[in-house]
Amino acid sequence: MRTLDGTAVRVALFATCLADTLFPETAKATVRLLERLGCVVDFPQAQTCCGQMHFNTGYRDQARPLADNYTRVFSSYDAVVIPSGSCTGMVREVYPDLTGSPASQAIANTYELSEFLVDVLGVTDVGAYFPHRVTYHPTCHSLRMLGVGEKPLRLLENVRGLDLVELPDADSCCGFGGTFALKNAETSTAMLGDKMSCVLTTRAEVVTAGDSSCLMHIGGGLSRLRTGVRPVHLAEILASTEEDPWRATR
Amino acid sequence: MARNPVTWLGTPAFPVAAKKALTDTQLRRNLRKATTTIRGKRALAVGELPDWEDLRRAGEAIKNEVLSNLDSYLERLEQSVTARGGIVHWARDAAEANEIVLRLAKAAGADEVVKIKSMATAEIGLNEALEAGGVTAIETDLAELIVQLGKDRPSHILVPAIHRNRSEIKEIFRREMPGAPDDLTDEPRELAEAARAHLRRKFLTAKVAVSGANFAVADTGSVVVVESEGNGRMCLTLPQTLITVMGIEKLVPSWRDLEVFLQLLPRSSTAERMNPYTSVWTGVTPGDGPQEFHLVLLDNGRTATLADEVGRAALRCIRCSACLNVCPVYERTGGGAYGSVYPGPIGAILTPQLMENLQDKQTASLPFASSLCGACFDACPVRIDIPKILVHLRGKVVSAKRKRGPEAVAMSALAWVMRDPKRFAAAQRAGSLGRFVAKGGRIGRLPWPGSKWTDSRDLPVPPAESFRAWWRRTRG
Repeated sequence: MRTLDGTAVRVALFATCLADTLFPETAKATVRLLERLGCVVDFPQAQTCCGQMHFNTGYRDQARPLADNYTRVFSSYDAVVIPSGSCTGMVREVYPDLTGSPASQAIANTYELSEFLVDVLGVTDVGAYFPHRVTYHPTCHSLRMLGVGEKPLRLLENVRGLDLVELPDADSCCGFGGTFALKNAETSTAMLGDKMSCVLTTRAEVVTAGDSSCLMHIGGGLSRLRTGVRPVHLAEILASTEEDPWRATR
Repeated sequence: MARNPVTWLGTPAFPVAAKKALTDTQLRRNLRKATTTIRGKRALAVGELPDWEDLRRAGEAIKNEVLSNLDSYLERLEQSVTARGGIVHWARDAAEANEIVLRLAKAAGADEVVKIKSMATAEIGLNEALEAGGVTAIETDLAELIVQLGKDRPSHILVPAIHRNRSEIKEIFRREMPGAPDDLTDEPRELAEAARAHLRRKFLTAKVAVSGANFAVADTGSVVVVESEGNGRMCLTLPQTLITVMGIEKLVPSWRDLEVFLQLLPRSSTAERMNPYTSVWTGVTPGDGPQEFHLVLLDNGRTATLADEVGRAALRCIRCSACLNVCPVYERTGGGAYGSVYPGPIGAILTPQLMENLQDKQTASLPFASSLCGACFDACPVRIDIPKILVHLRGKVVSAKRKRGPEAVAMSALAWVMRDPKRFAAAQRAGSLGRFVAKGGRIGRLPWPGSKWTDSRDLPVPPAESFRAWWRRTRG
């Protein structure tokens, strides 16, 4: 991947606080994938968290410095790629108002992973190999806030060995909703129960999505019931190749 | 000031009420069946129109125009209604509106009034107020009748008895409906026939009818009610006196604007191309229909809502219920858990604003009764960005708290950690100690408040090395 003057695209990874802390394999996979596609990837170490949890729980004042930090840290890259629809939605939909800098380059250059692959790099076949039965859950923010539509599905369809099964009621929420999962734990769990039922009817080995948070929720329920169905982030599936296949790390 | 009856006294906060509702197997089944059906039908009805998005934008724009010039449109409406022989009354709150309706009903010599389904009169608790004043209100909409006879509360804006199935309805009719046949079965046709016979007697004897309004045209003073059953048409034509209670935001400027809403509303609410009955009346017509028409214009928190730049969009609502039908929270808890005549996503943003009291625990819990999935915004025919207003109101709830609770302390502490990458990295190292509480590759039990998660879900074991530590080690 080259820019007009022939230099490689300089991509910054915003790993998200969740993947950075709890799901490092997702962030590593994103780096591997982007480098395989010819990007020069940087991880600016001054990054922390997008502030979505604070903002969505009503703590706007606490979210603002985190948003300001983001726009500062990512101001000088060709693109910022986030392996999360939800954090991308926060940056794109909320930051213009929250930071008071609607024209910020960092905001304009921010992409969710599947958007970046399909819209910017123009690829739907990333050369991946993942010999498993997989079902895809479109997360609410990627689906409705960003409108990524069929992009993740098109990427998955082109993965060698992958048996893609349609998830019934795919577009209904898994019940995560950030602090909603704690403040309204019972309702959240009722929603999760129905999502798990749908996942289980597909007989998939792996449930994938573009957000570590929703996967942590769905995966947490599937693990509690010892279903054996694994949550695997879209980035990890796309990074997996015949030479360097995906492996469960825990 | 008297308590605003838009929420029901004694309802617990949403999480507690929801917890109870979630265990009701029959309720879960009824709701799932009803919302799934109507969702599918709505998708078809909306999908038919190639200009649906344009219609939504037009609806949004007309309502915004009305809201930004509400004072002059209201004056214009008052002039038009008065010119055509109607009488306009202004009510600041529920108590004032109830007092006006009761006085008018008594002046007309009525001890019984027939009612058309109306959210505004439910919002102000009119039936209870009339009862206290010695006047009986008879609900004539089938679902409202089921709720009234069952001494129940409505759980949906459009289909208030959505939480009931037909065998429950049969029981209610047998027990509470005067003259219901003893051999009544749960066949929908028989149930409807029983209600029809019961209501017909009421329509023919009532001196006064009370209605709400879906729209009112400022230019001409015309008032519009849309309905499915024809009971509304009976109420609007038979009694000598008609009293309409209407929220001040229900205006449209001209007849031309109705064209947009008469497409948006039925497709969004009942999933029909056109609703069966659309009644429009303008003042009074000698020798035809009611000879006395009163229009009660209700504020009850609307002016205060209008003052909030973000929250005011909720006043665009046309009470279609599309947001309820697509809401995954509503589908599981039902409307009762919201403790208000306005349940579901729109209720979660409208009720707290009309209540004007975010220190009330139940009211303050409503904006949090959402996973912010956004299905409501997509379905809303007037493009109310409900998730955005929910988050805005959450901010107001947090600011309204008199003292900082453990949540505020934790949020501030976390924000302090996150403001500095070094502090964040240190916290990650501390957090990876969580590996030692893990069993069998998962964390299954944490003390409060972590138990709120682990009661039903495992947590992954923190990795030995965060991504940033890996990057620094391998690339830094």
